[in-house]
Amino acid sequence: MLLFNQLETYLYVALVLFFIGLYGVLARRNLIAILISVELILNAASLNFMAFNRFLAPHPAVGQVIALFIMAVAAAEAAIALSIIIAVYRKLKSVNVEQATELRG
Amino acid sequence: MNLLSWLISPPGVATVAFILVVVVTILGALIAVSARNIFHNVLGLVLALIGVAGLFLFLNSPFVAMMQILIYVGAVCIAICFAIMLSEPMYLPKPPRSSFKTLGAVIGAGTVFAFLVLLTKKTTWTPAPERSTDWSVTTMGHYLLTEYVLIFEVISLLLLVAMLGAIVIARGGRGAS
Repeated sequence: MLLFNQLETYLYVALVLFFIGLYGVLARRNLIAILISVELILNAASLNFMAFNRFLAPHPAVGQVIALFIMAVAAAEAAIALSIIIAVYRKLKSVNVEQATELRG
Repeated sequence: MNLLSWLISPPGVATVAFILVVVVTILGALIAVSARNIFHNVLGLVLALIGVAGLFLFLNSPFVAMMQILIYVGAVCIAICFAIMLSEPMYLPKPPRSSFKTLGAVIGAGTVFAFLVLLTKKTTWTPAPERSTDWSVTTMGHYLLTEYVLIFEVISLLLLVAMLGAIVIARGGRGAS
């Protein structure tokens, strides 16, 4: 059994990507770095979908369609998030999440 | 069969290439979250995304791999670079990292990681009764325009709305001229 022909290999790679992305979301304070980590998490999800489609699902295209959908949603999310980051920077002169405390009571 | 002759056989070469792709992916992801310079983060993200595209190639879908490089590396990462240049001055000193917060993040993410590893280990995956072998771009195109045409349209609508929203937010919200 070859390494690249097993479902578990892909699942573990996706898990490691997810772990690194989640760590980045929790630990980083720069908004752009958080966005980068979210992109890693989305990639882990679409890798999982592709692996399940290749090894478990009899349908040829459903996983690929979902992966394409994730890519489009990620592009839309990146556009919105970046414009929000620019708006936040214009308001606060910083992209550090710990500076954005205007709603604190 | 000794190791060297296995390594130069087609499955051996494929395995070595696969390990290389996995290493590139993980390394890029590590750079993407751990480097101090935000531009190095983006370059690490590019490396990780190219690695994931290579994994998609190993999963028999060159179309999605191509789209991954085109959309993620070509569009999203360039957009992130523009946002960095528009927002953060690079010459300002960065606040030091608190080790307490890093430790908390490692513990939090590690808990989820351990849970998911246990889940993956315990589950017995039952393969599909018949695996499809038709992975060509033509098939994908047919599916996208017949069975999944609604998803296709919804993606276009979503991208349009996101584009308009991004323009409205970035130029200063309602009422700005």
